[in-house]
Amino acid sequence: MLDIRPILSTLHRHKVTAVLLVLEIALTCAIVCNAVFLVRQRLDWMQMSSGVDEAHVVDVRPVAMGGTLESHGRIEETLASLRNIPGVEQVSLMNQIPLGKESWNAGIKLDPNVVAPAMHVANYYGDNAIPTLGGQIEEGRDFRPDEYAWLDDITSGRTDVVIPHVVIVTRFVADQLFHGHALGKVLYLDDIPMRIIGVTRNIVRPNVFDRATTYGSIFLPVHMTEGLGATYVMRTKPGQGDSVIKAAAAKLRELDPNRVILSKRHFSEVRDAFFASDRAMANLLVGVCVALLVITALGIVGLASFWVSQRRRQIGVRRALGATRRDVLRYFQTENFLLATMGIALGMVMAYGINIVLMVHYELPRLPAAYLPMGAIVLWALGQIAVWAPAHRASNVPPVEATRGN
Amino acid sequence: MGIEFGYHLEMAVRSLRRNPMLTTLMIVAVALGIGACMTTLTALHVLSGDPLPGRSQQLYMPRLEPRSKDSGEEVLPYQLTWTDGMALLHAARGTHQALMLGGSATIYPDDPASDAFIAPARYTSADFFPMFDVPLQFGQGWAAADDENRAHVAVISDALNQRLFAGENSVGRSIKVNETSFRVIGVMLPWRPIPHFYDLSVGDYAKAEDIYLPLTSARTAHLPRDGGIECWSGGSGDEENMEAAPCVWLQFWVQLDDAAAVAAYRTFLDGYVREQHAAGRYEQLVPTALTGVRGLLDERKVVPGDVRLQFWLAAAFFVVCLVNTVGLMLAKFMRRAGELGVRRALGASRRDIFAQLVVEAGIIGLAGGVLGLGLAWVGLLLVRINPDRSAQLAHLDVPMLVTTFVLSILASMLAGLFPAWRACQVPPGLHLKSQ
Repeated sequence: MLDIRPILSTLHRHKVTAVLLVLEIALTCAIVCNAVFLVRQRLDWMQMSSGVDEAHVVDVRPVAMGGTLESHGRIEETLASLRNIPGVEQVSLMNQIPLGKESWNAGIKLDPNVVAPAMHVANYYGDNAIPTLGGQIEEGRDFRPDEYAWLDDITSGRTDVVIPHVVIVTRFVADQLFHGHALGKVLYLDDIPMRIIGVTRNIVRPNVFDRATTYGSIFLPVHMTEGLGATYVMRTKPGQGDSVIKAAAAKLRELDPNRVILSKRHFSEVRDAFFASDRAMANLLVGVCVALLVITALGIVGLASFWVSQRRRQIGVRRALGATRRDVLRYFQTENFLLATMGIALGMVMAYGINIVLMVHYELPRLPAAYLPMGAIVLWALGQIAVWAPAHRASNVPPVEATRGN
Repeated sequence: MGIEFGYHLEMAVRSLRRNPMLTTLMIVAVALGIGACMTTLTALHVLSGDPLPGRSQQLYMPRLEPRSKDSGEEVLPYQLTWTDGMALLHAARGTHQALMLGGSATIYPDDPASDAFIAPARYTSADFFPMFDVPLQFGQGWAAADDENRAHVAVISDALNQRLFAGENSVGRSIKVNETSFRVIGVMLPWRPIPHFYDLSVGDYAKAEDIYLPLTSARTAHLPRDGGIECWSGGSGDEENMEAAPCVWLQFWVQLDDAAAVAAYRTFLDGYVREQHAAGRYEQLVPTALTGVRGLLDERKVVPGDVRLQFWLAAAFFVVCLVNTVGLMLAKFMRRAGELGVRRALGASRRDIFAQLVVEAGIIGLAGGVLGLGLAWVGLLLVRINPDRSAQLAHLDVPMLVTTFVLSILASMLAGLFPAWRACQVPPGLHLKSQ
């Protein structure tokens, strides 16, 4: 560390190149800190729990070519045949699936006289939907068979149809709207009072457009009919997903040749599709970080080589005056350490600046302080590695160089 | 001048070859920066483009508030009820106006050997074609009378015409859609507005539909509908009652050619809403809106936020690459201080030296641009295999190609200005003496 004063005076003579190097390190530090933070955010989001028994849930979505299948008997028959497929534990014809692209939504109210809904939720329909998804009732009970009504009967406006007046909500809805005590309470859906008979462990909604209500879902005792995006969801025994998908698709076509299978998926594919753009963005950010570090390293190699070749005579003089090779090596390493430190200090200020812009435009949280020391360590290490080869070359300059003219 | 430039070029190339490592580093830095910038800029350019250049400034979406007080929504809906849509369509206060709805048509080919298939459809009214300037290769769109008569006519896309009729003039042929037969009266040229502005509920970057049918005929034939629907006051998506249901589910666009027409239309809309409110149909009296295409795309945040973020990231990356290049150029030019001193002493002016060094920087930019273009091409290839559908539209077009080179050369020359200026400050005699 005794070298600091001569280093500073040498750098003073290479002010511009030194400043450029410091600036480059600072920009890299600022961008990499923020990019890594963004990647961390995406990874956290991608690891979100869906509440679905993901390894065992599959879905097959048919569409009927000549008009939709609305006969209740035929739907029940189809569900029964699918349930008989080996490896199938549960079947439900659902209006939507968690993390799917299309969604059915409703506003729920706690007081029918208040204009604005208390929360916007996704409403799931389908027989035995919760056990089929692998959800768990935490409080209360699941629906009884006599509580279900058919969707087309409800929407047709017929007066003789009993519209269900019970609902199951997720833990999230129970906590947000009822301070955790939801069982037996009443909520209003389209001004119709619904009694809460059960609370299920959180199940994510489809098409999450507002992360604040990721788990805002409710379940209604409604028999779904085909069409309108309805899909047959099945929970399978371990390892039987593939065979169940194949058998179910074949069965559906066999029961009604008019059916075309629009999609057949494992739940993992639904999840992958949902997070596809987040994954792509995370990969891109990682790629940019690596490229930035490489470019910065190459810049350090280039400038350090230039300095070494310019200072051959100076190095020779030092060697002639008794400096060892180690001393020369350490000289350049210390020089790089000083430049990197200046760059890192400036970079941290810039990192916070960029973070503030991101907070305003992309609703990102504040950059945790832990990123700064980590960024500093990475850049110090990068600088030392990059400067090693030129410094090593410098240490090989023979003392006789001192006698040369230039 | 020509000779002089040629000389500078020759000198520059020689000097670049003399120091391959620094030169390569600079070229790679410029190329990486340019490649990243152009990849993201192209994606942004394509995704935020004008869907109908020359026409979209005259297109407006009238927005009303038919919902009950308790819907609790603050943003006006982007769709209309059947009643309002038909009223605005029949009022015909714009140059053109069209009421429309997305759907899916099951098409049964004549050839019994081919299977039926489902094609995306649009049920609309006569003005759709002139208003959106839809290019046709055969036949024409239908007339307003066809809408009134619920005529069984269809306009089909080039792709569907290829599939069903091998691309020949199919006007007059018929297509069986679900249970009903429609006569082809027009075949479009390939047409795809990006984004799919006229109905974002079927996807921001959805392809244009394959078959276009009169809305009235499609409803009579009970063809299935697609897209968003929003109901209130116990309304539901029950097919039988859709026309009367308290639901918004139709898109309406109007062409208004100038500011006076826009003002007149606003007055008309406000009057319409007051009438509906007075008649008791509307519970609320909320100011109407006329949203233009650009305004709609901004309001619905159609260009993904990630794409903008990527662009800024690439721009920052480019800046780092340029700072790096400035440093390396400075090193390279200053290293030649001796040679430059000799040339100065032999009579070269500062201007000559400066020009030569800037040309050298330009060559680095050119080489970086070529390499960067290759990187951008690979980058876009990677963007396109990304499963996110919007990204698959990103292609490098001629303006972007030119931008790549201009940006690359300009940025490199700019980066070279300061190092070149510094190198010119070398006094002519000094280095002669020391040698």
